[in-house]
Amino acid sequence: MLNSNTAGIATLRQLALTVNGKPYAFQVDIRETLLDVLRNRMQFTGVKQGCAVGECGACTVLVDGTPVNSCIYLAMWANGKTVTTIEGLEKDGELSEVQAAFVEEGAIQCGFCTPGLVLSTTALLDSGRTFTEDEIRRELSGHLCRCTGYQKIFDAAAKVLNK
Amino acid sequence: MFNISVLQEPETLEAAVAMLKADADLRVIAGGTDVLIRIQHGGDGWSRLLSLRSIKSLETISLRGDGTIVIGATAPFAKIFLDPIIREHLPSLAEAAVSMGGPQIRNVATIGGNICNGAVSGDSASTLFALDALLKLESQDGERIIPIHEFYAGPGKVHLRPGELLTAVLIPRDSYQGTGGHYIKFAMRKAMDIATLGVSVVCRVRAGKFQDLRIGLGVAAPVPIRCLEAEAFARGLEVTQANCREIGRLAVKASKARTSWRASKDYREHLIEVLTERAVLEAAKRAGGLHAE
Repeated sequence: MLNSNTAGIATLRQLALTVNGKPYAFQVDIRETLLDVLRNRMQFTGVKQGCAVGECGACTVLVDGTPVNSCIYLAMWANGKTVTTIEGLEKDGELSEVQAAFVEEGAIQCGFCTPGLVLSTTALLDSGRTFTEDEIRRELSGHLCRCTGYQKIFDAAAKVLNK
Repeated sequence: MFNISVLQEPETLEAAVAMLKADADLRVIAGGTDVLIRIQHGGDGWSRLLSLRSIKSLETISLRGDGTIVIGATAPFAKIFLDPIIREHLPSLAEAAVSMGGPQIRNVATIGGNICNGAVSGDSASTLFALDALLKLESQDGERIIPIHEFYAGPGKVHLRPGELLTAVLIPRDSYQGTGGHYIKFAMRKAMDIATLGVSVVCRVRAGKFQDLRIGLGVAAPVPIRCLEAEAFARGLEVTQANCREIGRLAVKASKARTSWRASKDYREHLIEVLTERAVLEAAKRAGGLHAE
C-alpha cells in the first residue's frame, strides 16, 4: 500500500479474467496493479515484484500471449483477457519446452528473474517467428538478471527458438 | 497500488472527448508506462484518469487511398515495428520503434503517449520530424491537423488544448515516397535506456545527388529539431562521404545541446556531427544513391 487515493475511498470494479486456463471473477480496486492481484490476492507467487517501475521485468506475465510488466499494468485492464503466469506453463507435471531448456542449460541461479524470462521466451516461441541471435538478445533485454551474466539464459532461449 | 481516484474507460472516441470536455481535471492515460510511473513517484494532479485502452479504433495503422499512412495514437511500439505498412514505407520509423524501451514496454507503450509526453528524448520524435508528420487532434468541438514541429512547446510540454486528444499521426505520401531513411539511437546501453542523442534522416537521391534531405534530432535542444541549414546545403549536392561529413558539421549549428548528467554539451555536439554523417550516408545508400568517391 504505497499510496492511498485522494478520496481515501476504494473504488471497486468487477474483474473477470482467465488465469492459467481457469476463469476467475471478483472485485478489484481500480488502484491495484495486475501484479498486486496475481501475487497477493490470487497467490501466484511466481509473479515477482522487483523494481515496481517497469525496468526489471521480474513481474512479467503474458496477457493474451503478450509479455507485459504487471507492475505498471492496472488490474482492470486485464478484464476479459487471458493471463499466463509461470504456474501455468507446466502441463500434467511436465515442464514446458522452454522451462526444460532453462533447466538443461543451467540458466537459473537465484531464480528471481526466471519466471519473467521463461514467459518472454515462451511468447517468442509461440509467435512462430524466427529470430537471429541479436534479435533474441533484443527480445530478452527487458529482463534484468544479477546472477548469470545472461549467457546461459541466451543459450536456453536459442536452444528452443532455433531448434 | 496507485493513487488513482477516477478511472474512466470509454469505448468510443466520441465518449472520450465528451468526458474530457465535462471534466477538465481528467488526465489521459494510454499504455501507462510513463503515467503510472509518474503516479508511483507521487506526481500531483494525476489521480483522475481517462484511459484510451478500450477505444480499439485508435490502435489501427492504415494506408489511405491518397497514400497517407495513418498511425492510430494508441498503436503500441511493438505493433508499429511489426506492421507491414510501416516496414515497407517507413523503415526508419520501424527502427525507432524497436529502439524504444524494452520488449514489455514496447508491447504497451503507445506512439501517441511518446509524443504527448513532449520528451525531447522520445524515440519516435526525431523520425516523425524527419518524416514531416502531421498530428490529428480531436475534441468535442472539432478537429485540427498540425505539423508535429508546431506541437512541441518545451521540455515535457506540448500544445494540447484543454479537451483535446491526439488521435492519429499522419504521414503524407510526399513525405516518404521514394525516400531512404535511417535512425540512430545513441545511448549508454543497447536496451532499456533513454537516448543520449537520436538522429533520424530521410532523403531522396537522384542521379547521385541529394534531391531532398531531412534531418531530425532528439536531445539536441529543448525540443526535437530539424537541421534546416544542413538540409538546404545538401539539396542538389553530390552524395559523397566528404559532403556527408560537411552536412554533419552543419547539423550542429541547428542544435542547442546542453550539459546534463547523461552527457556534456561538447560530447553531444560531437555525437550530432558524427552520427548525422553516418545516418545520412546510410539513408543515402538506402535511397539508392551512394557512389564510391
